[in-house]
Amino acid sequence: MEEKPKPKLDLNRVPMPRQDPKARAKNYNEVALGYTEEMALQEANRCIQCPKRPCIDGCPVNVDIPDFIKAIRDNDMAEAVRILKSKNSLPGVCGRVCPQETQCEALCSLGKKGAPIAIGRLERYVADWEQSHGSNPRPSPELPPPTDKKVAVIGSGPAGLTCAADLAKLGHEVTIFEALHVAGGVLMYGIPEFRLPKSIVQAEVDFVKSLGVDIRLDSVMGKLATVDELLEGDYDAIFLGTGAGLPMFMDIPGENLNGIYSANEFLTRVNLMKAYLFPEYDTPIKVGRRVAVIGGGNVAMDSARCALRLGANEVYIVYRRSRAEMPARLEEAENAEEEGIIFKILTNPKQFIGDNQGWVTAMECYEMELGEPDASGRRRPIVKEGSEFIIDVDVVVVALGTTPNPLIPSTTKGLETTKRGTVVADEETGKTVKDKVWAGGDVVTGAATVISAMGAGKRAAASIDAYLKR
Amino acid sequence: MFRILAKEKLTPFITMLKIQAPAIARKAQPGQFVVARVDEVGERFPISLANWDNEEGSITIVVMEVGTSTRKLACLNADDHILNLAGPLGLPAHIDNFGKVVCAGGCYGIGAILPIARALKESGNEIISIIEARSKNLLYWQEPLRQVSDELIMTTGDGSYGYKGWTYDPLKEMLEKGEKVDRVFAHGCNFMMMLCSEITKPFGVKTMVSLNPIMVDGTGMCGVCRVSVGGVTKFACVDGPEFDGHEVDWELLASRRQSYIQEEIRSLEWWECQQWCLTTAKSKEA
Repeated sequence: MEEKPKPKLDLNRVPMPRQDPKARAKNYNEVALGYTEEMALQEANRCIQCPKRPCIDGCPVNVDIPDFIKAIRDNDMAEAVRILKSKNSLPGVCGRVCPQETQCEALCSLGKKGAPIAIGRLERYVADWEQSHGSNPRPSPELPPPTDKKVAVIGSGPAGLTCAADLAKLGHEVTIFEALHVAGGVLMYGIPEFRLPKSIVQAEVDFVKSLGVDIRLDSVMGKLATVDELLEGDYDAIFLGTGAGLPMFMDIPGENLNGIYSANEFLTRVNLMKAYLFPEYDTPIKVGRRVAVIGGGNVAMDSARCALRLGANEVYIVYRRSRAEMPARLEEAENAEEEGIIFKILTNPKQFIGDNQGWVTAMECYEMELGEPDASGRRRPIVKEGSEFIIDVDVVVVALGTTPNPLIPSTTKGLETTKRGTVVADEETGKTVKDKVWAGGDVVTGAATVISAMGAGKRAAASIDAYLKR
Repeated sequence: MFRILAKEKLTPFITMLKIQAPAIARKAQPGQFVVARVDEVGERFPISLANWDNEEGSITIVVMEVGTSTRKLACLNADDHILNLAGPLGLPAHIDNFGKVVCAGGCYGIGAILPIARALKESGNEIISIIEARSKNLLYWQEPLRQVSDELIMTTGDGSYGYKGWTYDPLKEMLEKGEKVDRVFAHGCNFMMMLCSEITKPFGVKTMVSLNPIMVDGTGMCGVCRVSVGGVTKFACVDGPEFDGHEVDWELLASRRQSYIQEEIRSLEWWECQQWCLTTAKSKEA
């Protein structure tokens, strides 16, 4: 018998085509352009379909990754969509903003020898294929007979949308209450158009609606109705997916000067309110000449890149540790740097200086150095005494993280919260200590990723379903 | 979409809108506000609740035209719709039986002080309401206020009606005469609330003011409404809007409210130009 020649491993991934850095720094179009059919096929063909399938364990919602990749290879795109969507209701979002490099791709067998399969890029390819090839309107998925159980989901971000979609697929009647005037939460107000087009988010929201989920906008729960009132009404269970929406400031002198924004405010003005189209849109934003963004996470990168697109001459990322400790995805930091963002690492503001009109004009900073590792495992930044120096700025964006909004915890009896303001919930089920109430996503973990929130929404949906069918 | 049930022009620049919003009406309390977005390109901005009717399922707001958004609102008529309305937001005013209370209202604040005066009256307080306007024809809601007040003092800047001066003038006179005032509530422009607070401070009369900084979401998410009260930064949308006027950093508030003054002018010019073009096109068609 003739031995089959072993296929040669392809150790390099197909690069993602992207907009030219110079061009894209001046527009809001998506930076990563997405694979063509040929590219997707070539990348899918690199997958060795190993029997262990470690990538699935790396995915918080356990997408059957090798199967959807095989479907791409077989040119059965409808099947690829089906496999992906059976586990993930928001593939177009996840394919773009998930940190795959630390999740599914980190466990890929190919990664031992070369570059892991570009799972995120293939996921996006499948989601985009559905957008452009799917019938319009998309046929509603078949749903089981109604269970006559009603669930209220508070918040329409990644956790809430996922939980609502899964519960609807199980036959429950779901209502989402959203405080803002559009659904999507951080996907709409936080992540910029050039990284996650809003049409993609709205298409995924429409998919959730097509499952029969009722989304009520302009509904600030805790104010319009409390959790207890919902339970006294006709809801059988409640899921809290209210996120981490409260911005943190530094509490240093001058922080309330004009021109100093929280990242939440800055990004909300740009993304949700479309301030970059002022005056066609009514919401204004201050276009700085020299903008400093304080922080080193993805939100800091997003803010810096928005400031650049608004027309700033110089944009700095001011971060108190070194490049190695930056929490932002490598890809996002690289994108930012390519576009011309200047990184001022080992730098921390001491105070803000303003003019007599109350506008920020400069920032006094310390030079920092790294000491022993702290609780986070990263080396602790220490102030170099006497190292103060001045950076001239006219806009500052503080991107140092967010904490959960206390609106729900403070108006709900019997909900347990931590010192950081997060709601205590079981990690496996999302169940809180309060009867009939589940929680998941950033409101439980503090600010984290889209996909971890989706995973929590998914697990809570399973637990709520088990409770309702008990 | 929120339907407008009734509209009344109270003064040349102040308009009352009654809006169908049963869920908000059910929960509204004195001192709270709503955040509105008039149309698809509109900004989000806060407006104080001036009244609500749970049975009718309506809320009432009093809007003073100052920029694009308030102009857009004031141009709407009965049966038109406001695209988005979220509320009731903010903490309710602290109502208790204090004794003798002065309720001061100016501009749009005459509308906003009414539900507070009513709630205070219902709690057994003696109410002295003082309202101000530049001139007689700019005063409004005297009757509803009189109904919930033991005394209503009207002041006009030009002396065309009632007391010549501003709300804080009769307030100052009362305090200087040694009249006992247990608490003051002031709703109106920054300057008026600041002066009311300055006048009561030496007499140790606690003065509650309703701050009106710029807001976007109105739910604690953006932090643009931060104010300094007693040296501590607070978010007016969730920690307020009512604060102790003696503790407020008024200069900071005034400066932060001016942040977008140039953009506001540009926006209004743009909008007026658009309206003019629309009107011209329509008249040409006709």
